[in-house]
Amino acid sequence: MSTAEQDRKEAPLEAGLRQEIAALAQHAGHKRAAGTDALKLVQKHFGYVSDRHLSEVAALLEMTPAELDSVATFYNLIFRRPVGRHVILLCDSVACWVMGATAARAQLHERLGIHPGETTADGRFTLLPIVCLGHCDHAPAMMIDENQYGDLDPAGLDAILEGYK
Amino acid sequence: MEKQLTAPLTAMIQPGGMPLDVTGYEHAGGYQGLRKALTMTPEAIIAEVKRSKLRGRGGGGFPTGRKWEAVPTGPGAPRQRYLVVNADEMEPCSFKDRLLLERTPHQMIEAVIISAFAIQADTAYIFVRAEYVLAIQRLTRAAAEAQSRGYLGADILGSGFTLTIHVHASGGRYICGESSALLTALEGRRPLPRSRPPRSAMSGLWGKPSVVNNVETLCNVPHIITRGADWFLGLSRCADGGTKLYGMSGRVKRPGLWELPLGTALIEILEEHAGGMQPGYECRAVLPGGGSTAFVMRDDFDVAMDFTSMRKVGSSVGTGNILALDDRRCPVGMLHNLEHFFAQESCGWCTPCRDGLPWVERILAAIEAGEGEAGDLDTLAHHVSFLHSDSTFCDLAPGAMAPLGSALKHFRAEFEQHIREKRCPWHDTAEGWA
Ligand SMILES: Cc1cc2nc3c(=O)[nH]c(=O)nc-3n(C[C@H](O)[C@H](O)[C@H](O)COP(=O)(O)O)c2cc1C
Ligand code: SF4
Ligand code: FES
Repeated sequence: MSTAEQDRKEAPLEAGLRQEIAALAQHAGHKRAAGTDALKLVQKHFGYVSDRHLSEVAALLEMTPAELDSVATFYNLIFRRPVGRHVILLCDSVACWVMGATAARAQLHERLGIHPGETTADGRFTLLPIVCLGHCDHAPAMMIDENQYGDLDPAGLDAILEGYK
Repeated sequence: MEKQLTAPLTAMIQPGGMPLDVTGYEHAGGYQGLRKALTMTPEAIIAEVKRSKLRGRGGGGFPTGRKWEAVPTGPGAPRQRYLVVNADEMEPCSFKDRLLLERTPHQMIEAVIISAFAIQADTAYIFVRAEYVLAIQRLTRAAAEAQSRGYLGADILGSGFTLTIHVHASGGRYICGESSALLTALEGRRPLPRSRPPRSAMSGLWGKPSVVNNVETLCNVPHIITRGADWFLGLSRCADGGTKLYGMSGRVKRPGLWELPLGTALIEILEEHAGGMQPGYECRAVLPGGGSTAFVMRDDFDVAMDFTSMRKVGSSVGTGNILALDDRRCPVGMLHNLEHFFAQESCGWCTPCRDGLPWVERILAAIEAGEGEAGDLDTLAHHVSFLHSDSTFCDLAPGAMAPLGSALKHFRAEFEQHIREKRCPWHDTAEGWA
């Protein structure tokens, strides 16, 4: 991470973002019900939810930081630590296991040098395991960011990675 | 409209992948069920759904009409009520709801409006898992289109009925699919299951009467209203009504989903629809309806996939999405994969599940690695008998024990071989692409 980027992630939430969160809370009726949406909005901007931002969101939703954190940490898709530019979600559930997900994971490790839970040194990819993506008829399956991929095979997997810089 | 409609849920799916927009959906007969429903009383709608013998497609098979009937109505009842669609679909090897959400979003919206009218709810939530990005986009768009045509919002089609639909994207956790945890999640709290009683129908979302139904369950409702319960009962091959979105994954020739009569035989789905196994693979057993269902062995493949018949072979319909276990994959390895999932997704609230599932996972890992010991199978069997629904707070742990219990019975020899030979007999094929 460059210093400028680091600073941005540790600066207070910008006014526009705060307004968006306030609007979510308004729309939800009960403020706390906007929690996941608000955390995801922050994550969309910064890649993850830092302690500082978590506290700010909690204040906007009239929750304690601990309360909001107990929600944030429960979910697989709210990241409380920095991630790479692209997040690979590789399905490790049973239909994909049958269809070769273990080999896909091994190939990702070979190409990128990372195990599930790790980020490449250049910050390009974070690899995370994910439960069944509901794409089992095209197993093995994965997502990169918001894009879904299935019927993975050795050549296809390499080609997909090429598309993410 | 006039030709025999035998696959109502998927009839409006277009080739090419794009869903019908509101105009296309109307031309195909969409929103006719809603128009008719608004001329009926809520009680009459519930009565028709009861008569249709529609049972929940989310795994439990609870009669839908009876669930709706339990919601208090009338002058003394709480004014606020909620209808919630369970579109969390995280059960391993299940992918049926995704099809309906992505390809027939207006059918989902119409289903929600009619069902909300039946229980007189003025707010509905569709709780979708976050990874279903396309589904969330399409539902949101469909709801907006429906609103622009007067099907949603205030005074729907001049009926005086008002409804708002919220499409909610989850943060991602399997337990959110459990209906009471789902309501807790919607309230913005850490999504732990709730103790029952009270039932959600009495006290659900924010303490108000709430109904939670599966996507596929609800998508049947507009068709039941349009064509009637008798037609719906005629679709199935069993005492319960309707079709089922059966699916198949694993080493079959044509993995996929098919809308077939409820009660279609497992062997027919495997052989005719999925095209049988790929050359070089044999099907040893299946998980018939997701990770929380017990194995069905080859000898029982002629079983009809309906709620009653599946019980007779010691399993259940579950989601009706079948996974084939072929002869090149290790049953113990498969169990290890499944129990890893359940241990990881346990919400941690009650001790038997929080402590028991990781223990089960560790034993399976050891057996698979050739480090199993003589007493391990007894320890596993002990967990199977202990983690039943009276000792755990929700059905996650009992669900986790369904494949394990049946595997200990049917794959006993394979477990013992691992322990005796101190290695996995499938070692050579276990980690390959094929
Ligand atoms: C751990 C767990 C996860 C579940 N996940 C889902 C799910 O993703 N979708 C679903 O419809 N039902 C799921 N269920 C079942 C729901 O609790 C509930 O029975 C269902 O949504 C009711 O709808 P139905 O009567 O229309 O089937 C799950 C249950 C448990 C115990
Ligand atoms: S059975 Fe497991 S998932 Fe269910 S409440 Fe207990 S700990 Fe949570
Ligand atoms: S098991 Fe991987 S997508 Fe379903």
